[in-house]
Amino acid sequence: MQSQLPLYPEQASNFAPHVDALMIFIIAVCLFFAVAVTAAVVIFFFKYQRKHPDEVGVPIHGDMRLETAWMVVPLVLALAMFGWGAVVYVDFRNTPQETLDIYVIGKQWMWKLQQPNGMREINELHVPVGRNIRLIMASEDVIHDFFVPAFRVKMDVVPGHYNTMWFRPTKAGRYHFFCAQYCGTNHAVMGGWVTVMEPSDYAAWLSGSSGADANPVVAGEKLFAEKACITCHFSNGTGRAPSLNGVYGGQVGLADGSTVTADESYIRESILVPNAKIVRGYQPVMPTFQGQLTEEQIMALTAYIKSLQSQPVPATGAGVLPAAAGKK
Amino acid sequence: MPREHYLNATYGIRSWLLTTDHKRIALLYLASVTFFFFVGGMFATMIRIHLLTPNGYLVSPETYNKLFTMHGVAMIFFFLIPSIPAVLGNFLIPLMIGAKDLAFPKINLLSWYIYLVGGSFVLYSFATGGLDTGWTFYTPLSSVYSNSAVTPAVIGIFINGFSSILTGLNFIVTIHTMRAPGMTWFRLPLFVWAHYATSIIFILGTPVIAITLLLAGLERMFHLGFFNPALGGDPILFQHLFWFYSHPAVYIMILPAMGVISEIIPTFARKPIFGYAFIAGSSIAIAVIGFFVWAHHMFLTGESTFAALAFSFLSYLVAIPSAVKVFNWASTLYKGSIAWDTPMLYAMGFIGLFLIGGLTGLFLACLGLDIHLHDTYFVVAHFHYIMVGGAVMGYVGGLHFWWPKITGKLYPEFLARVAAVTLFIGFNLTFFPQFILGYLGMPRRYHNYPPEFQVLNVMSTAGASILALGYLLPMVYLIWSMRYGQVAGPNPWPATGLEWKTDSPPLTENFHVTPEVTWEPYDFKNRQDLGLVAGTRPLAPAHGDD
Repeated sequence: MQSQLPLYPEQASNFAPHVDALMIFIIAVCLFFAVAVTAAVVIFFFKYQRKHPDEVGVPIHGDMRLETAWMVVPLVLALAMFGWGAVVYVDFRNTPQETLDIYVIGKQWMWKLQQPNGMREINELHVPVGRNIRLIMASEDVIHDFFVPAFRVKMDVVPGHYNTMWFRPTKAGRYHFFCAQYCGTNHAVMGGWVTVMEPSDYAAWLSGSSGADANPVVAGEKLFAEKACITCHFSNGTGRAPSLNGVYGGQVGLADGSTVTADESYIRESILVPNAKIVRGYQPVMPTFQGQLTEEQIMALTAYIKSLQSQPVPATGAGVLPAAAGKK
Repeated sequence: MPREHYLNATYGIRSWLLTTDHKRIALLYLASVTFFFFVGGMFATMIRIHLLTPNGYLVSPETYNKLFTMHGVAMIFFFLIPSIPAVLGNFLIPLMIGAKDLAFPKINLLSWYIYLVGGSFVLYSFATGGLDTGWTFYTPLSSVYSNSAVTPAVIGIFINGFSSILTGLNFIVTIHTMRAPGMTWFRLPLFVWAHYATSIIFILGTPVIAITLLLAGLERMFHLGFFNPALGGDPILFQHLFWFYSHPAVYIMILPAMGVISEIIPTFARKPIFGYAFIAGSSIAIAVIGFFVWAHHMFLTGESTFAALAFSFLSYLVAIPSAVKVFNWASTLYKGSIAWDTPMLYAMGFIGLFLIGGLTGLFLACLGLDIHLHDTYFVVAHFHYIMVGGAVMGYVGGLHFWWPKITGKLYPEFLARVAAVTLFIGFNLTFFPQFILGYLGMPRRYHNYPPEFQVLNVMSTAGASILALGYLLPMVYLIWSMRYGQVAGPNPWPATGLEWKTDSPPLTENFHVTPEVTWEPYDFKNRQDLGLVAGTRPLAPAHGDD
């Protein structure tokens, strides 16, 4: 429905109709007040125009009822805007349980995206319509932002930690995405296209991938051996470090008595800042890999560790607490 | 024209460069902020010309990025923040409260020199490679990756901060301790209340930007790890520190303009302002609440959902006092006797443009909408409506209102009204299309854009050419009026403030006899001395030797 001068992008995600409805609500409220105040000002300006040079106005100092009214009414309307906006935002920030996870890396001045089966794309993202998609995003250098106007979503991509966002595409098509955080010289051309496909088309496209080497789980397994992780993290729990079977998504008991959920951020932190959280019953002997792994390698290791979710958890030496072990 | 006044009291360049007269210092600031307005305006002109085509051909991407950065730095730190306080505030506050000068006249002069030193560092940065980090200096782009002259620029802004801090100190002490007999707090002009609130922000907020930019500069020079994640730092920490000042800074930019409007409207409606205590109180409320909303600039950085909810809620709260002001200004017009003089046209323009700018802030405070609107042209339109449509119109309107007092001359009225209307029209044509561009998804700080955004960009540039005309006209006729303008007399409007009970231009010591205040502010009905009884003329200011 794009006319000659469109006022809004296509609606292609689950969020788009909500954001547009919220926009219309706020426009309506603001338009009402803008018109009311402008009309009052214009009418008074004309009606009370000075008629002779020595005329003065009628001194009216104030009115408590009016002051109260125009504090309370705007406050109520403001709270309504806040409330509705909060609901949409909280939905956006709470990723659903079952998602198709795509790894995204932003760097000056391009995007590298990787599908779960290893298929890589540059400045392009193919997703199936109707699935919940989660983007797990990292930056190799400065702050970027992944923005899809047709989906009404964006999230900053910050070096030093993961940011994730989710959406569910609702309409097949090709939609622009942009970098939306100024990142240097070619910030304006650091964009691309999201292609939303019917599930069968997506499956067909996916199977055109170039073989097992691209699969991040396989790459991660290789790295796990190459970087000597395997020399401490025995899968049977008898090593110097906890077994990683079943860890992803579970609760991990820490030396200080607290527990933490083993998500992507926890895994990344454990690799880069291992002494930040020590698993109960273990010594703080893990070396840091800061500066020795690229973001992509960390993502591959993460994918491999995720794949160990379904492996048998040993009775002793497990990284994950027994009662809560299992799916997230 | 009075025989002796502050402009002809002493002659020679040293009497200006070493003056401690708050009125002369105000004019020194007028010259320097106007210079930076030209610098920033030149960059804006190049930006809008470049954006006429999707693959802008005027400048390279690197140069474009420098243009918007330098436009922002010049305009915000060296024009908008000082403009009304350092020009009109300096000139008028002692006059409005019946004092001879500010509390610390030499520190006032020092403030101007500090501003010049800071400005020189920034101009040096512009001239030797430019600055391409955005005025927001986000790390690690500014502290590690940028290849532009970041270090001199942050040094310049750091130094300039002290100019603000000293001005704020001067104003607060002056308002507390130097009011004339009878000038109680609730008889103060609302312009003074506005500057009191602004001075609170100057003093509490500016040190934070100073230390933040200092840390970023040190990180850049010595490879430290405050904000650089590769060295264990946190880029988001920079944003918290930066916005802790830079959000209150926007209230520094608008509160003084609101103070100007609160003087102009009662004067040209010839009645007291509606809700004086509410307007005074709302200035303080904005200053205070304004310190608690900074992370609404960071809703999409990955900050916690709880933080986002808290800052969105507080951002809605800070909108209420501004709404209260707009309603009170509009109510003041009711049953007024309204003259359509140029300052009043600027005040009406301010209300219209501030209304749009302020209301669009509600869109951005809305978490669900900000996901879509953040970092798009919607934000650019929003802040230009407030900073240009609001603050600059307030500044230019104030210059017109007090021009007779500052120079003793009147500007040409018809031409001035034409300029005011031109400004209003040009401004809307420039910036309204940008709201639409933003919702359509055009991100900001883009040197190229998808072709479907071209029509709106062309409209915006066309509007900018009209806006430029609206700014150039006053520069021409105001300067012309200094020599050829009609003599104004002490109180041409007439207005009720103490500044109008002395000569135009005033004596160096401001008043011949220290005034004693026995009347309420904006009391047109009972002020016999204004000459509003048919057939009488305004009384001349009191001379001790009459």
